[in-house]
Amino acid sequence: MPVITYREAIRQAIDEEMARDERVFLMGEEVARYNGAYKVSQGLLDKYGPRRVIDTPITEAGFTGIGIGAAMAGLRPIVEWMTFNFSLLALDQVINNAAKLRHMSGGQVNIPIVFRGPNGPAEYLSSQHSQALQSLYAHIPGLLVVAPATPYDAKGLLKTAIRNDNPVIFLESELMYSWQGEVPEGEYTIPLGMADVKRQGRDVTLITYSKPLKLVQETAQLLAEMGVEAEIVDLRSIRPLDEVTIYSSVKKTNRCVIVDETWPFASVASHIGWLISRNCFDYLDAPVEIVTSEDVPMPYNHRLELEVQPTVDKILRAVERVMYKQAGTFQRSGQ
Amino acid sequence: MDLQNYDKGFLLKLLEQMLLIRRFEEKAGQMYGLRKIGGFCHLYIGQEAIAVGSIAALDLKKDYVLTGYRDHGHALACGMSPKAAMAELFGKATGCSKGKGGSMHFFDTDHHMYGGNGIVGGQIPVAAGVAFKIKYNAENGVVLCYFGDGAIHQGVFHETLNMARIWNLPIVFICENNQYGMGTDFRRVSSVLDFSVMGGSYEIPAKQVDGMKVLEVYTETAEAVKLAREEGTPSFLEMKTYRYRGHSMSDPAKYRTKEELEEYKRMDPILMYKQDLIAAGLLTEDEYKAMDKRCIAVCDEAVRFAEDSPEPPLEAMYEDILA
Repeated sequence: MPVITYREAIRQAIDEEMARDERVFLMGEEVARYNGAYKVSQGLLDKYGPRRVIDTPITEAGFTGIGIGAAMAGLRPIVEWMTFNFSLLALDQVINNAAKLRHMSGGQVNIPIVFRGPNGPAEYLSSQHSQALQSLYAHIPGLLVVAPATPYDAKGLLKTAIRNDNPVIFLESELMYSWQGEVPEGEYTIPLGMADVKRQGRDVTLITYSKPLKLVQETAQLLAEMGVEAEIVDLRSIRPLDEVTIYSSVKKTNRCVIVDETWPFASVASHIGWLISRNCFDYLDAPVEIVTSEDVPMPYNHRLELEVQPTVDKILRAVERVMYKQAGTFQRSGQ
Repeated sequence: MDLQNYDKGFLLKLLEQMLLIRRFEEKAGQMYGLRKIGGFCHLYIGQEAIAVGSIAALDLKKDYVLTGYRDHGHALACGMSPKAAMAELFGKATGCSKGKGGSMHFFDTDHHMYGGNGIVGGQIPVAAGVAFKIKYNAENGVVLCYFGDGAIHQGVFHETLNMARIWNLPIVFICENNQYGMGTDFRRVSSVLDFSVMGGSYEIPAKQVDGMKVLEVYTETAEAVKLAREEGTPSFLEMKTYRYRGHSMSDPAKYRTKEELEEYKRMDPILMYKQDLIAAGLLTEDEYKAMDKRCIAVCDEAVRFAEDSPEPPLEAMYEDILA
């Protein structure tokens, strides 16, 4: 099976869906002639021309609203935000129009649109450019929120998102673009709302999605070396949320840590923590733990910015707590 | 305007549409007073010539209308059933938006009326998106996008005019300048008093239009629609008008004088146009009275329909969110 990057997987999905459906087009800042700020759309202008690969001015609210109107009228836009930090300028259009037009019209219109781009911290970018904003979008009924962490998942889920008749927030990440993984050559799609158990285990459930997946996999490897078998549930999609897979894993391991790079307050992690408490209470041997970013804006300093985010050590400490082990029981080798 | 240049049926239809909107809005105000309608209810009384005159320039098989929250007039002018409109105000299941949108969110996609937006200026880029679809599919349609003087300083207005021009979208932006953004006189908050100069910043043809004269609105809009349809050139029309009622039902409109209101009522779009038609021998006072009776009957019937219609079932709250 070919090994490709996350970036290439996203591009393949866009390319295949544009080839499949004339109504699909890509618009955003630098997507056409510049070939994408992160080179996701490389080559698409040459292949599809300026009618379907469209450079916009720097005017997030405006072009996001134009995408929404085009979707309402029957096209299937992919709107690229250079990063999700800039999506905040378009938030009114997304929340008040994309998420509401179907409702306010009593179901007369659909808004089949994908908003995609890198979300969450990269490196050395300080607080305006390092935000993980999924909790904000997940809060809004009327939006779907998808956050794949592997090239395989990214391609299959983006193709599904483009074919979906609702507004989909599709979260990528600058650091994930160069991650590699196996992606089959043939056509495939992955349904929204299906978590993927990335590792089987009996001792503790580690729930995560998007970029922290690698960190969680690394932690699970360390735990395995110390005789603890962690099960990793990669949510892949936040809305709809695969509660069945979450609960069946927690009911098996009886312990759960949620790893989420958002801020903790009213977050995806805190909501899932509540769901588990509500639905798996009798199965839990310990309170659910969450490992999120610290509740602070992101500093520029590298040592600080790394420590703001979830780390292997923070996850190990949380696993110790849900297993009632003394702090420091699970150590990385060399420590 | 030489009335003889127009088909009599067309001229009378304009009058009857304006009159229907007037009577509908009066009835809505009355029903609001009886607490049959709640929340925000922005009446269109005084501005009827704009929706009626401009929408008359469209072919709604291929053209589209999007507006803000003062949307009853546009919906009726597009051909929405007054029953569905009144039932929506009553929050009933038979309303145009199944009782989920209310006064600010009238939609009727069959008549290409795509809302009804409650955020000041929020519909402007969305309307350009509909025009984008027309261009993308090489269709022959045009979009009319309405908003008030309150929306003209929103960023999305300026962002959208720029993109409409660089992409040559078939859209006509219509600012209904009723002179007050809620309680604020536009002269207090605008760096320019002639909004049409703003078109020049984006090389978009723009002009001021007397929004109290239905035929002037019609001819100016028709010209802009032709430009959009044939050349893909967007236009911007500032239509000067006046609303007789407060911003919404809770607004006693103390920020303006009685004299000002009375002065505008003397320029009433329906009254003036009616007098023109009578003077031209195209209408008699009796015919006008019969027309008015018809409009009142339609609105009474709409109220009966709304009253008799069922509330939406509770489970409807979970419907019409995701496709």
